[in-house]
Amino acid sequence: MRPALIAFLVLLAVLAGLPFYADNLTVFVTMCLAKSLAVLGILVLIRADQVSFGHAMYFAIGAYAAAFLSSAWRDIDLTLLVLAAMAASMVAGLLVGLFVTRYRGIFFGMINLAFSMVLYSILEKAFHITGGSDGMRIRRPTLMGFEFKRAEFDIVMFYVSLGIAAVCFLLVWRYLRSPLGQALRAVKTNETRLEYLGLSARHVLLAGYVVSAVLCGLGGVLMGTVQGLATPEHGFWSRSAELVFIAVLGGQGHVAGAFAGTVIFETVRTFAAAILDDSWQLILGVVLIAIILWAPGGLVELWQRATRRRPRPASEPVETGRQSMEVRR
Amino acid sequence: MSGGELLLRAEGLKLRFGGIIAADGIDLSLHEGEHLAIIGPNGAGKTTFLNICTGYLTPQGGRVTLGGREITGQPPRRITRAGVARAFQIPQLFTEQTVLENMLIAGAAHARRWNPLRDLHAIPERRAMEEMLELVGCTDVRDRLASELPEGKRKLVDIALALALKPKVLLMDEPTSGVASADKFGVMEVLMNALRAARVSSVFVEHDMEMVRLYATRVAVWAQGVIQMTGRPEVVLNDPDVIRNVIGGGHA
Repeated sequence: MRPALIAFLVLLAVLAGLPFYADNLTVFVTMCLAKSLAVLGILVLIRADQVSFGHAMYFAIGAYAAAFLSSAWRDIDLTLLVLAAMAASMVAGLLVGLFVTRYRGIFFGMINLAFSMVLYSILEKAFHITGGSDGMRIRRPTLMGFEFKRAEFDIVMFYVSLGIAAVCFLLVWRYLRSPLGQALRAVKTNETRLEYLGLSARHVLLAGYVVSAVLCGLGGVLMGTVQGLATPEHGFWSRSAELVFIAVLGGQGHVAGAFAGTVIFETVRTFAAAILDDSWQLILGVVLIAIILWAPGGLVELWQRATRRRPRPASEPVETGRQSMEVRR
Repeated sequence: MSGGELLLRAEGLKLRFGGIIAADGIDLSLHEGEHLAIIGPNGAGKTTFLNICTGYLTPQGGRVTLGGREITGQPPRRITRAGVARAFQIPQLFTEQTVLENMLIAGAAHARRWNPLRDLHAIPERRAMEEMLELVGCTDVRDRLASELPEGKRKLVDIALALALKPKVLLMDEPTSGVASADKFGVMEVLMNALRAARVSSVFVEHDMEMVRLYATRVAVWAQGVIQMTGRPEVVLNDPDVIRNVIGGGHA
């Protein structure tokens, strides 16, 4: 078995036991899992060298899809909420994606931002439908017909999130190694050649875009259900930027970066906020500068450096900028 | 005229960029089994012709047909799918992936292997792609990143990518420029054998007259946006006007 697969299974086992030895952390980790799904979505687009500053909109779409269903039907099942969020974010990702995949680089990022701010304004202004800036409640759903009390439900959400995240990370890992995922990297390096292989670079990117939208939608429905709330804040631009921030922090070389980045980010935020009030952003800012300067491959790169037996000879060319070292096979 | 079936045909192509006339009524056709060399001074519009044939540029007048079907101005990916592949003067590779991965993407694109859960390295076309690399002599760099290759190898991989699509017609822009001069003829020999084996007809832009003499079945002389002469290499390359204006010109 591959070491990476063993590490994945060990991590899964350690997390699965969490409610038994650290049950005060379950909600925290559930939220990390939800957010890491959205970060994973960002990571998919970064493969094609595209950075979206509006992906929190799909996070909000996932949460609001659950909120609308939850307010329409009292005893709705969690399965339906998740499916609805996936469907809503997929349709939205496809529609917006058809438009934004014509653009690259800064234009791609900004047009996504524009779409997300349109959605944010609608959610905030249409208060008779969306509850305005207070948002909408998401009632505690049933799961497979069973009802749960608050404390039980936290545990249920933890395992549901863990299961969904585990499946998504595995699928995305495979997707990125498939022809379609490898073509996504080719969008980054040579669109001309892609076209001259008979492929549409735009369609390759669109496929990646829809995948990333659905991942964000899933993150949104899980987060919304845990918090019992969908608010416009979920889709605010600073949330989008946060996702990009975590993706850079975690590193783009491996899907594990999305989870590692989210855990570190949320931990620093939680504990630094407790000790230093509002200066946690300052700490994260300094950390990000350090990462960009010395480890542009993020935590993934740091991990690879630490686990590699011999250090790289200094003469070997080191890739610069936002490119990262890739884990191959 | 060659006996094979008509493949690619350009009729009355016109294209100018501002004051520069790249094509001013170009008529040119390619039949099955032909290897047509286009020679002419720099800036004459030879590359522009390849760009028009592959849909990268749309001509201001005239049309291009492939096997009788009009393809003028269609996007490159559609013309590629119709059977016209292209190799570039400056190799167009996926620089962050290995040479094999470059080939596998081409193989997957051609066979439309889009199962998102199947590893690129596990597609059935892998063997054929490895053979293609063997054919162009690039097996030794199979697992190197495309960005790390010497220019000559990049050129060959670029051509291999085009051949991976099993085209009817291959358009090559100076196939051996960038290849070390000692290797040029060996490379071209391998290349032309590969084309003949795969029954691929070709159009290639070339500055090396020796290469043209050896490998072209027909030559077109391109100057100031018009075809000044076409014919068999031994006739065209011995024509006094051609010697004076084209061969004598830039290539003393």
